Amino acid sequence: MTIFIYDHTFDGLLTCLFDAYNRKIFPDLILKEREPLPLFYDEVIHITTSEEKYNRVWKGLQKKLSASALSNLTYGWLSELPDIDQLLFRYMRKTFDAPVSIETNFGDPDVLELSKIWKKVNNERHRLLQFVRFQKASDGTFFAPVEPLYNVLPLTIRHFRDRFADQPWLIYDIKRKYGFYYDLKSVKEVTFEDESQAHLITGILQDNQIAKDEKLFQDLWKTYFKAICIKERLNPRKHKQDMPVRYWKLLTEKQI
Amino acid sequence: MNENVLAKLKILAESAKYDVSCSSSGTVRRNQAGTLGNTVGGIGICHSFAEDGRCISLLKVMLTNVCIYDCAYCINRRSNDIPRATLSVSELVDLTIEFYRRNYIEGLFLSSGVVRNPDYTMERLVRVAKDLRTIHKFNGYIHLKSIPGASRELVNEAGLYADRMSVNIEIPKEENLKLLAPEKDHQSVYQPMRYIQQGVLTNKEDRKKFRHAPRFVPAGQSTQMIVGATSESDKDILFLSNALYQHPTMRRVYYSGYVAVNTYDKRLPALKQPPLVRENRLYQADWLLRFYQFKVDEIVDDAYPNLDLEIDPKLSWALRHPEHFPVDINKADYEMILRVPGIGVKSARLIVASRRFSKLGFYELKKIGVVMKKAQYFITCSELPIRTVNELTPLGVRRLLLPSPQKRKTDERQLVLNFEETP
Repeated sequence: MTIFIYDHTFDGLLTCLFDAYNRKIFPDLILKEREPLPLFYDEVIHITTSEEKYNRVWKGLQKKLSASALSNLTYGWLSELPDIDQLLFRYMRKTFDAPVSIETNFGDPDVLELSKIWKKVNNERHRLLQFVRFQKASDGTFFAPVEPLYNVLPLTIRHFRDRFADQPWLIYDIKRKYGFYYDLKSVKEVTFEDESQAHLITGILQDNQIAKDEKLFQDLWKTYFKAICIKERLNPRKHKQDMPVRYWKLLTEKQI
Repeated sequence: MNENVLAKLKILAESAKYDVSCSSSGTVRRNQAGTLGNTVGGIGICHSFAEDGRCISLLKVMLTNVCIYDCAYCINRRSNDIPRATLSVSELVDLTIEFYRRNYIEGLFLSSGVVRNPDYTMERLVRVAKDLRTIHKFNGYIHLKSIPGASRELVNEAGLYADRMSVNIEIPKEENLKLLAPEKDHQSVYQPMRYIQQGVLTNKEDRKKFRHAPRFVPAGQSTQMIVGATSESDKDILFLSNALYQHPTMRRVYYSGYVAVNTYDKRLPALKQPPLVRENRLYQADWLLRFYQFKVDEIVDDAYPNLDLEIDPKLSWALRHPEHFPVDINKADYEMILRVPGIGVKSARLIVASRRFSKLGFYELKKIGVVMKKAQYFITCSELPIRTVNELTPLGVRRLLLPSPQKRKTDERQLVLNFEETP
């Protein structure tokens, strides 16, 4: 059993692919650094991520796959599922070995699996567009906490950059402890030195942090949310289906 | 902006909620540098879902719920004893912008009761849209109601700022409309519809000549009919929808199950529950018209003026026409595959695309997403045929597909003592 160990980045995974073809050794298992090794194995190879190598692999993929299939790969990676690196490795290997693109061959279990994962990640991305809720802070920044199932925040930035172009905002992933900040010019990825500040954990700005009229608009929105519902047509099942309970704690209208 | 607005918003949202239209689709508008908002087009974004399961995409609100008309089916009728309120133009504009900035909404859906006269009311609606677009450079979605009886000039101006406009028919038959709303007639509804349509068509011509001519109601128009308030059959409703869809700008007809908002009026039925199933069946029939290439007289006709409430209209058609089945999945053309119960537009497309590579069997169809529970009686594929609708008879298939009456679950470990009631 051959094991590759890499640094758990997408670039690292591409480097794994390069080294495998280079050495003509294909791994039976790909592990992250510091992950426990299985009981029995023959060889462990440490892969060092190298820019030259992963760029070549990516260029090779670009020749073989369409743009949408390439985005499938990144969506798959952002799903952060436990075995996604093995799946992506097999997918890319098949891509290089096949004479024509395999991306529409849904008879292949790996292709089908990746397309299903893409769908899940894409749904989560859409949910983020729906359920992000900004709170206006006293310095005028609009702060939104999110907690998506998959790491989809980077996929939504273009949308928010386009939509909220004239207000500074910060969207912060409280699960993965990073966010994106827009300062009216460009969007930057940010992390905080002190991650234990209350609003970075609960996602709710403290009373001394919010803008003057923020409470009023939250109340207005809550009032509106209650008023728009037709009591004769109550349908809690559909309500939960479209707006799953796991989002409720960060939704303004669902807070008391 | 203050606490006053809170009370007003509550009243006006409650007055506006019976309008079912919600979509924010049909336009793509990129953000212009340094301004607020964009419109994504495609399937639109629903930002929240109310507890009745309806989506909240736009801020659906009325400018005022004061109305000079007395339409029996409407909650805002003159004779109804409800609190009345009016939002000022600036209050509404602020509310929209601030909600939008917090990602609560996709845009504004603005309607109004008629005050003084239609033109006066329409003018104020247009003011709101104009302020949003020109002063605040708002690029989000705007849906405006056109007030029946408003002048052409005002409709033409509104069209420049709105993405979608709508006029509600409400009651499909004119004699019933006359009965419930003596001050209204169909003419006053169709006239603004015609204005909108002419505006869109003229604009289309203009844009061929001048590429940057401003767009006019780019997302077309929609309308709404109330179901269950009057005696119309489904045939009346669907024939009218079909006629409306023949117009190039009509994108959606909404059906609204009548919610008893007028309990003392003898002209209206006293419903405990809105007719939700009937409403659902009408939407299904509407989809058949728009996406499944059905003709309206195939769905309802004089022999079947009403839709079957137990089974969906497509299955109902298939059971009335067993002579078209079974359909061979590997040979039949797209139109016919679309007519098989259990196969939707997506599955039909996938079938047509993938049968070029290899023959499809039950397993593949299931993977593609066909509802085999229904479809199995209407198709043949590469496997041995199973019993189809022709062998089982339509009545037999119908019995198989009806949901079985739910049995009450009992815990078998629990001892049950049956105390017979002694006479």
